[in-house]
Amino acid sequence: MSAILADMPKTDASKTGAPATTKAIAPSKGGRPWTFYVLATLFVFYVIALYGPMFCIYVLSFQDIRGGLVFPMKGHSLHWFVDLFTQVRTGDVKGSFDRSIKLAVIVTVITVVVSFLAGLGFRKRFRGDTVVFYMMIGSLVAPGLVLGLGTGLLFQALGLNASWYTSALGAQLSWTLPFGVLVMFAVMSRFNHVWEEAAYDLGASRWQSIRLVMIPVLAPGLVAVALFGFTLSYDEFARSLQTAGSLNTLPLEIWSMTLNVTSPSLYALGTVTTIVSFIVIGASLGSIVLIQKKRGSSAKG
Amino acid sequence: MKSDRGDIELAGVCKSFDGATYVVDGVNLKIADGAYCCFIGPSGCGKTTILRMIAGHEDPTAGEIVIGGQNVVGLAPVQRRTAMMFQSYALFPHLTVRDNIAFALRVRGMSKADRLRAADAMIEKVRLTQFADRLPAQLSGGQQQRVALARAAITEPRVLLLDEPLSALDEQLRVQMRQELRRMQQDLGITFIHVTHTQLEAIALADLVVVMEQGRIKQAGAARDVYAHPHDRYVAEFMGGQNVLSGLVEKVNGSTFTLAQAAPDGIEVPLQARSTVSVGDKIDIAVRRDDVALVRPGRELPPGCTTSLPSRVLAIEYQGYFVKVMLDTVPDDAFVAYVPEKVFFADPFTVGDVVMATWATGSALPLA
Repeated sequence: MSAILADMPKTDASKTGAPATTKAIAPSKGGRPWTFYVLATLFVFYVIALYGPMFCIYVLSFQDIRGGLVFPMKGHSLHWFVDLFTQVRTGDVKGSFDRSIKLAVIVTVITVVVSFLAGLGFRKRFRGDTVVFYMMIGSLVAPGLVLGLGTGLLFQALGLNASWYTSALGAQLSWTLPFGVLVMFAVMSRFNHVWEEAAYDLGASRWQSIRLVMIPVLAPGLVAVALFGFTLSYDEFARSLQTAGSLNTLPLEIWSMTLNVTSPSLYALGTVTTIVSFIVIGASLGSIVLIQKKRGSSAKG
Repeated sequence: MKSDRGDIELAGVCKSFDGATYVVDGVNLKIADGAYCCFIGPSGCGKTTILRMIAGHEDPTAGEIVIGGQNVVGLAPVQRRTAMMFQSYALFPHLTVRDNIAFALRVRGMSKADRLRAADAMIEKVRLTQFADRLPAQLSGGQQQRVALARAAITEPRVLLLDEPLSALDEQLRVQMRQELRRMQQDLGITFIHVTHTQLEAIALADLVVVMEQGRIKQAGAARDVYAHPHDRYVAEFMGGQNVLSGLVEKVNGSTFTLAQAAPDGIEVPLQARSTVSVGDKIDIAVRRDDVALVRPGRELPPGCTTSLPSRVLAIEYQGYFVKVMLDTVPDDAFVAYVPEKVFFADPFTVGDVVMATWATGSALPLA
């Protein structure tokens, strides 16, 4: 449509020799309709509302030793970052960060593997498939705090100790798995089953067709599932609260710090965790781009 | 001991997906080694299902599929030594042309150097050398088809199965790739089985044309046989090029019989060995469109013509070397004459003209 509109003035002008009449149909080069400015303003407000609050935290974390919890800025240094990792009174940041990363990695691996297998399973209809599907969605809509509480109680009833790598892992999976499977369904819907048939026709075993055809074709989608799993686990709070046991994950640690730490260390922690998140997201997106670029370049070379 | 022969025998092959309706219903057929066989029929006639059963992607509900003297039901495609070329080619999107073609050798565990050498030889055969490192998405339809062909051929199959291989191409390319398929088949010297719904494609390529309807074979034979001597109304109409008329047998006289029609003296039809007719039978006959001559009323009929049907010209289409004239000769069926261009323009008709449609009596063909 836009191509048609763009072409029309040209032919008009060449016929009539009066380019002025074209203004009514389409704006001249470089000009934009007034709606553009309205929407652009709206977008700017949206971005400020989204990132403004976080930006305050990041800025305040770079104050020097005189720094407080509110503006104005008092000097600038990395003091509070050093404080964060050296002072005991700020809490077990390093330990909880460690646990959160480990937990997120375990959750990611399980989510990717199980979602992929579920994706394979749901390619064909089977008896009770809708029941299985809705049960899965059910755990997604169940309130996280209640689910965490229930998991904690169940562990207690069974006489098991709650800990981040058992009960919290389970509680988090109840959150990441349905998400992962839903993303996987979307990814799978673009996989043409004829590719599998072609692989079988050419003599590939089931395993070879998964390894050499399915996984490489689906790789960008699998990275997306992994990213989902990681980020959902890394900042999970509600389900971990009652299930993490005696050792905190990072979000729990931050929460307890908000109750007793009154220095910009807290903000420094916010900055560090955000950086980690961005690194993970960047690495994931980078790997997707790399996969596609590799295909493109091997195609050219 | 495996045989290298690619002759195929289908014996009582049936296929039902739901246990109630049969998509393929008792098909018996012999295909000679090294033949080019085309299955043709409308969509849903079971032709693709037969192909998939020969390929080993479906198992027949009943019956035997014998390739080279060995019953292959239950065997994997590789054990059958068949290869399939899928309708949309199903090239692996993440692999280059070379890796796509080498795939079959890779899963067999052939070393990288060996399989790439074999793939390159095959790439040269299908003239894709300059595209060897491209991805399928960067190729044209015709190039993709050649990759698919090469990928299937590298397994050294004794039977190659092609599922509507030309349907994704535009008209001009289709004619070109048609010749390439035929050339490839002769080069490889193996049996090709090709499924299509295009009559022209089937008769241009095939040694053996198999016309199907609702899971059954209607007629199987050489292209010329099926086109010029259709068994019944269905085959005649499906293959095209024929006018089909029906009527009641009025009288049987020696080597001919007369069909009552909207003609003063009825239609005289030669009685052929295979048909036994008696007075009162309802019978279909076929007359080739290019056998029909159009004569202005009152003029003398050409020699050999005893029947003439008065008709009005409904429409005229210029087709280049002939002119397609549509007539209202019979009330229920279309009646068309293909008049050679030079003959037509020597005395052109216009829409609405009354003409006599006639043909040499010997060229009318009674149908089953």
